[in-house]
Amino acid sequence: MNPISFLTQMIRIAIPYLFAASGGVVAERAGIVSLTLEGFMLSGAFAAVLGTNYSGSPWVGVLTGMLGGLIFALIHAVATIRYRADQVVVGVAINLLAIGVTRFFLKLFFASSSNSPRVAGFGGNIKAAGFDNPLLWLGLLVAPVMAFVIYRTPFGLRVRAAGEHPDAAESVGVSVKRVRYAAVALSGILAGLGGVYLALDQHQFTDQMTAGRGFIAISAVIFGRWDPMKAAAACLLFAAAETLQIQLQGSNAIASQFIEMIPYVLTIIALAGVVGRAVPPAALGKVED
Amino acid sequence: MTGSPLAAEIKPTVSGAPWRERAEEALIPPLVALLVALICGDLLILSYGQSPAAVYRLLLEGTWGNAYGFGQVLYKATTLAFTGLAVSYGLRAGLFNIGAESQLAAGGFAAALTGLALPVGTPLILALPICMIAAGLAGGAVGSVPAYLKTRFGAHEVIVTIMLNFIVLALLNWFIAGHLHVPETLHTPEIHAGVLPRLADIDSRFHGSAANLALIVAALVAIAVWFYLFRARGGYELRAVGLQPQAAEYGGISVGRVWMRALTFSGVIAGMGGINYVLGYKHYYEDGFASGAGFMGIAVALVGRNHPFGVLIAAFFFATLSQGGLAIHAFVPKQMMDVLQGVVILAVAMAVPEVRRVLRSARRRADA
Repeated sequence: MNPISFLTQMIRIAIPYLFAASGGVVAERAGIVSLTLEGFMLSGAFAAVLGTNYSGSPWVGVLTGMLGGLIFALIHAVATIRYRADQVVVGVAINLLAIGVTRFFLKLFFASSSNSPRVAGFGGNIKAAGFDNPLLWLGLLVAPVMAFVIYRTPFGLRVRAAGEHPDAAESVGVSVKRVRYAAVALSGILAGLGGVYLALDQHQFTDQMTAGRGFIAISAVIFGRWDPMKAAAACLLFAAAETLQIQLQGSNAIASQFIEMIPYVLTIIALAGVVGRAVPPAALGKVED
Repeated sequence: MTGSPLAAEIKPTVSGAPWRERAEEALIPPLVALLVALICGDLLILSYGQSPAAVYRLLLEGTWGNAYGFGQVLYKATTLAFTGLAVSYGLRAGLFNIGAESQLAAGGFAAALTGLALPVGTPLILALPICMIAAGLAGGAVGSVPAYLKTRFGAHEVIVTIMLNFIVLALLNWFIAGHLHVPETLHTPEIHAGVLPRLADIDSRFHGSAANLALIVAALVAIAVWFYLFRARGGYELRAVGLQPQAAEYGGISVGRVWMRALTFSGVIAGMGGINYVLGYKHYYEDGFASGAGFMGIAVALVGRNHPFGVLIAAFFFATLSQGGLAIHAFVPKQMMDVLQGVVILAVAMAVPEVRRVLRSARRRADA
């Protein structure tokens, strides 16, 4: 196994996770459950292909993709913050809605029930192995940037306050609702970018192309204990397992299904607290009446 | 037994038509959701340049208007009833089982293996209970994992059941793809015993539809769940824990034990749903047969307002949507129904707390 090709492949696989997990960290630190990452990614991927297809420029696709994630994030925010709906139920609904909406518009715009036509993307130089894609570099930067935002800026302080002690935050004049709206919107844009990377990398949209990646991202958030850098490390770890699975294909050393399970098993172990409990933000998922 | 001033004080709140308040709180959200879904449906149909009235008529004709379509609705409703009952049973205890998907798959897998292991010619009266017990045990085994992790370590059941879905489905895929499949397919051989009669065997007008006797089993399970929840001591404890765990604990109920039982049994119900596909329809386990039915169970429980009979009605409604998509496909893509399902769940989720708030503040104003 060539270590360079292993590393480059691992990073390419990790990029969508890095975007989505960073989004998940922000929303959950503000107290809003992020089971919606899968739906945000899927809508971002579709909107990116739509924008790229009609403009011919992947940069327009990046913008429309962010918008796609943002729209679904705003639905999520209005339902859970304004209407105080159950965050888990809304999460399930958003994911189903994203599958439905992308399927319907795939049919409407591209007259297909499986995939869009081929669209432009970034880079494409074989020798660069994907590293001539600006989104890849953005993906590598997003976790440190989010760590800075969460721990070193006033906005980040408010996000953490909203997620840990919303009443205390309100009492010093912070609008918890506004902070949560902003955090969920940001998570939609970031997870949407994860979808954009995925779609432009494959140069097309295919039905349910995120294939559970949003749930791997949420695993990384939990396994990384709601910390941006640790979540990013978890993303890289899960991507490494996936790369191993791909590179071992055909060797029959270990069934691929067991490698697929690794992120989920690790998350359950982290939640059960066998090696140090993963403790969520105190106000996560709680709705004040 | 009159005359106590205390009883006189309590009386108005007890007798003040609470059934009407409860009925309003239970029925208005699904009706609001239906209205929202109809409007969204109109917009989607118009975006495709078709007439909403014509498409809706086609939808009704293709689902309730002929025996085949109706049979298909009943078949789809059966699986949804099982997963919906499973989710609502957990929710009554305040627990969110998102693992119905993998519990259903595990149940179907166990039912198929049992049907394969039984000798050819085992009478149905024997084979059905054996297969159902196997299916229930498998579903319950999957359900007991989040139950144990919740009571022992406090691990949140939502995350554990989601993660477990992926793990169990990958495990079943490994069994099927690696060991048990008929060559060139992803399903097991056909079962030797336990095949359920179809509705078409009783009334030939249902010919071709997959509706089968599992339908009756689902109705019986719903009645059993209703009886347990509202007429048995264990069900009372379960609901008490669901409403207010601290108060229940203070009242002498072991919350941990109730949680353990509720999540495990939720898995049992979902697992038993596997018989509809395996014993009733295909007579083998096929990889991916449960796909989507678990998540739709959440929608069914929500719209059915967590009442066993409400769940049956909601299952019928969502099955109609799903079958209706096929009926209108020539005019509007069936994917429209995927959108509407999401819209219905979202609308109910938003309407439930909102309707409660509006009704309560209206009552407070009426009282003042």
